[in-house]
Amino acid sequence: MGLVHEIDYGTPESKAEKQVTLIVDGKSVTVPEGTSIMRASMEAGVEIPKLCATDMVDAFGSCRVCLVEIEGRNGMPASCTTPVAEGIVVKTQSDRLTAVRRGVMELYASDHAIGRGETAGTGASEFDKVARDVGLGDLRYGSDGRNHLAPGNGSLNIDYIAHDESNPYFTYDPSQCIVCSRCVRACEDVQGTFALTIEGRGFESRMVASMNESFIESECVSCGACVQACPTDALREKSVLELGMPERSTVTTCAYCGVGCSFKAEVKGDEVVRMVPYKGGDANHGHSCVKGRFAYGYATHKDRILKPMIRQKITDPWREVSWEEALEYTASEFHRIQYQYGRGAVGGITSSRCTNEETYLVQKLVRQGFGNNNVDTCARVCHSPTGYGLGQAFGTSAGTQDFDSIEDTDVVLLIGANPTDAHPVFGSRMKKRLREGARLIVLDPRRIDLVRTPHVEADFHLPLKPGTNVAVLTALAHVIVTEGLFDEAFIRERCDWAEFQDWASFVAMPENSPETVGAYAGVDPETIRGAARLYATGGNGAIYYGLGVTEHSQGSTSVMAIANLAMATGNIGRRGVGVNPLRGQNNVQGSCDMGSFPHELPGYRHISGDAVREIYESLWGVKLDNEPGLRIPNMLDAAVEGSFKGIYIQGEDILQSDPDTRHVSAGLAAMECVVVHDLFLNETARFAHVFLPGSTFLEKDGTFTNAERRINLVRKVLEPKARYADWEATQALARALGLDWNYTHPSQIMDEISQTTPSFAGVSFDFLERVGSVQWPCNEKTPMGTPIMHIDGFVRGKGKFIRTEYVATDEKTGPRFPLLLTTGRILSQYNVGAQTRRTGNNAWHEEDRLEIHPHDAEQRGIRNEDWVRVASRAGSTSLRALITDRVAPGVVYTTFHHPDTQANVITTDFSDWATNCPEYKVTAVQVAPSNGPSEWQEEYEDLSRRSRVIAKPLEAAE
Amino acid sequence: MVQAQGTEVSARTAEIVERLAGLEGPLLPILHEVQADFGYLPQESLTVIAHALNLSRAEVHGVASFYHDFRKAPAGRHVLKLCRAEACQSMGSDAVAERIKRLLGIDFHQTTLDGAVTLEPVYCLGLCACAPSAMLDGEVIGRLDAAKADEIVAEVRA
Repeated sequence: MGLVHEIDYGTPESKAEKQVTLIVDGKSVTVPEGTSIMRASMEAGVEIPKLCATDMVDAFGSCRVCLVEIEGRNGMPASCTTPVAEGIVVKTQSDRLTAVRRGVMELYASDHAIGRGETAGTGASEFDKVARDVGLGDLRYGSDGRNHLAPGNGSLNIDYIAHDESNPYFTYDPSQCIVCSRCVRACEDVQGTFALTIEGRGFESRMVASMNESFIESECVSCGACVQACPTDALREKSVLELGMPERSTVTTCAYCGVGCSFKAEVKGDEVVRMVPYKGGDANHGHSCVKGRFAYGYATHKDRILKPMIRQKITDPWREVSWEEALEYTASEFHRIQYQYGRGAVGGITSSRCTNEETYLVQKLVRQGFGNNNVDTCARVCHSPTGYGLGQAFGTSAGTQDFDSIEDTDVVLLIGANPTDAHPVFGSRMKKRLREGARLIVLDPRRIDLVRTPHVEADFHLPLKPGTNVAVLTALAHVIVTEGLFDEAFIRERCDWAEFQDWASFVAMPENSPETVGAYAGVDPETIRGAARLYATGGNGAIYYGLGVTEHSQGSTSVMAIANLAMATGNIGRRGVGVNPLRGQNNVQGSCDMGSFPHELPGYRHISGDAVREIYESLWGVKLDNEPGLRIPNMLDAAVEGSFKGIYIQGEDILQSDPDTRHVSAGLAAMECVVVHDLFLNETARFAHVFLPGSTFLEKDGTFTNAERRINLVRKVLEPKARYADWEATQALARALGLDWNYTHPSQIMDEISQTTPSFAGVSFDFLERVGSVQWPCNEKTPMGTPIMHIDGFVRGKGKFIRTEYVATDEKTGPRFPLLLTTGRILSQYNVGAQTRRTGNNAWHEEDRLEIHPHDAEQRGIRNEDWVRVASRAGSTSLRALITDRVAPGVVYTTFHHPDTQANVITTDFSDWATNCPEYKVTAVQVAPSNGPSEWQEEYEDLSRRSRVIAKPLEAAE
Repeated sequence: MVQAQGTEVSARTAEIVERLAGLEGPLLPILHEVQADFGYLPQESLTVIAHALNLSRAEVHGVASFYHDFRKAPAGRHVLKLCRAEACQSMGSDAVAERIKRLLGIDFHQTTLDGAVTLEPVYCLGLCACAPSAMLDGEVIGRLDAAKADEIVAEVRA
């Protein structure tokens, strides 16, 4: 198995429909009008040497090595900037061209010593290749150009610039730079950060970050696009410099966020050298972010536990045991608990980080092996309201579009999501569309980057008070209805007209007017009106939303309000529009699809349906319970009450990620057998009796389903470090429990899924190998999948308008807790940070900070970076303050990437009325200066340390 | 990010930006105006300009560093630019330049220690008919010779 090689066509694809035929070196080739001669030649199989061109960015025409001759035209035009024309005859090789190219390369080389520089280089740069291809020989101008000499190399050179090693993942060596601007253009066109520039002019011109700063201090977000674009060794991954060039590569899917980027995992021996975004990936088209591109070091971190461990009591030290002993112990404990406390006393939690196949197996284990429906997933705490709300309105529990749809969007309505931090690769695509002229409306209590960032500015920012989403969304609908901006034809055709009228009369009521709502939501009514008019009349309107919508006591209502807006304006069922939940985790969509909820079997079919149950009953040979089982919060409640005693948790850290930490720890402490299946001894493992070592995404085969319902293959890159991939471990546990499971490859699990689930009927590993990826539903009606849903009508029949009455949350500010705390994410860290904290990403974010408005800080005597205590009625914690006007007065904000912050000690147990999704986004708090970490944090630190002790094997005495 | 505190430099820059931001392609006029006001482009101004025009700091730096006329640091009280382009060279500008350098005790791109004058090369003032030529504080001077050089030096030293 060698390296996966991708062709670089040099310039981007032309979207024109008209075709043009030309001759290149005697070969006839037909391409769309507007294609460059360079690209057309590559398509004809003729590679033209190039330095400043790459197909990720537009042509630039600066390097002058891609020259060609065209019959009947004068001179030697650059093939990258010259478009094709009908019937032209192009010559890419001639003595004259070779001489010119060699001359140009000689000039470059005089300032850029090939292989003679201070860094030996990787020997893999495009520059070296072009030099070889043009037959660069003697250098008439020498190879010691004044710009690029190292000090001490015979002379002291004042023009020498030291390497920039400040970024943890890549290095910048200015002496290797040929000023082709590929990095600058990649940063601008692809990533949209504009962090790089060419400084100076002439011999002094060099690429620099920001205002000639080190990369780490600059505006750079470390997405890696510049490193990928660099044709020399100027920008190079440190891992490549340390380990050398990779030997083989495998295309797989990133295991961070819900964008689901495709990467080439490039390996040398049994070590990953680098992850390179794959241009063939339909979710990311060759782009990446700092997490997927660089933050994979956790996979080999020393904290990883590679042996199963057990202990009788959580106060005992851990004892390393064989897999057999751990599984036997677990099986006997689960059997004992079920015998002693009843069939319903055990349950399982599936992971949104694991593959579809693994998730399917865990819910199968619970339903078939435990004989109950006590299975739930971490989607409970993030997007369960999406599932419920969209299911009610449209009939499917998923986003309606593919990511490419953004290219046709005219108005983006962004609600409670922060794509540039949480979904960076999609954020970049959104920014690109916004730079092309699409308009933007942001609903967010905090001034997120997209509100104003270079070359992007929101037309309207509605800085609503946390907890007032439903009111503001209904106020938008009020404007659309009362000003007659709704799409009557669409509604009459696609929706239930009577329901619409009922809804319209509801939203038109004066209590839903922007004037009334604006007063308590903290938004100027005219801003609400302007935003509503823009969304309704600005062309293709697409809604993108995140956890700021769902993690509220009215999360499901907000989702329905969003669906109402889209239906009322006819913004559904075609490209460029739709309702798009930006799902948090790599496979949260998949874990929901796979029947992880206690009331649903795979494909969102309710457990009470006899026909559905029968499919599985006959296949699995058991009788299934027709009543829904326990949700995570119910399991914890039942544990505290004493009726729930055992749990199998795969790849989720509920103690850190679920709200009201004290309640979660009380529930876990009351159980008799807690099995944690994870990479690390996470926070939840403090209460575990059995620890099963997990495998990373690099160590298994399977599929992930991203936020656009795209099923992507995950391919095994390395052998599992702990012997079993997660699906194998679950199967071994099932076998220990007496189930006769005999899967030998995840593809067989997918076959079982597609056999039993209509929306997956056409999916198989073979099919995915062939087509790359597919968006469900994929069956005989849509054999190539469904990029855009509800095209000719809603899945449920008629779209359903639902009244969305605003009910203020019970979590209210008052004299004791006058501020509202809301939570969010940051680019460099991922979720609870179990992975990213164990990588170089800490260089950007080593601790969580509390963002507070200058007014609120001044009133409390808080200075920037002071330790502050944040207290709610649930608990208190301490962290350092960051004074900023990104948050409105009265609102404070933090992230929860670090366990010692314990942000969830403060969050309360309020949750969504329909789905129990916790209300993370609103907590009334008080903030006061403090001297350092709270007692709870110190006590917790101490306890965690003690609970993680692993016993050393005893040495036999002489 | 904490908002930049309202220093004198940012306040004056912000005022200039506000006045000129409406122009088409406002960055260069703003940079000129800031340089006219401060005598150079303070780093702090560039950050204020970037923020106000919604550009990245890198972009503003890229533009500002491209043009030789934009200074990073204040110049001397006088700025003397000597033409070094072809026509002037053929008419003996090199000798004049050497003389002036020696009299002032500085090289090109340098400022005398007393802050009196900054010496800069320039490549054509469009005054080739009167070569060799120079520009002192915006005023062009033609037909330079040793005597005129001495006169100029005396004037800027005064």
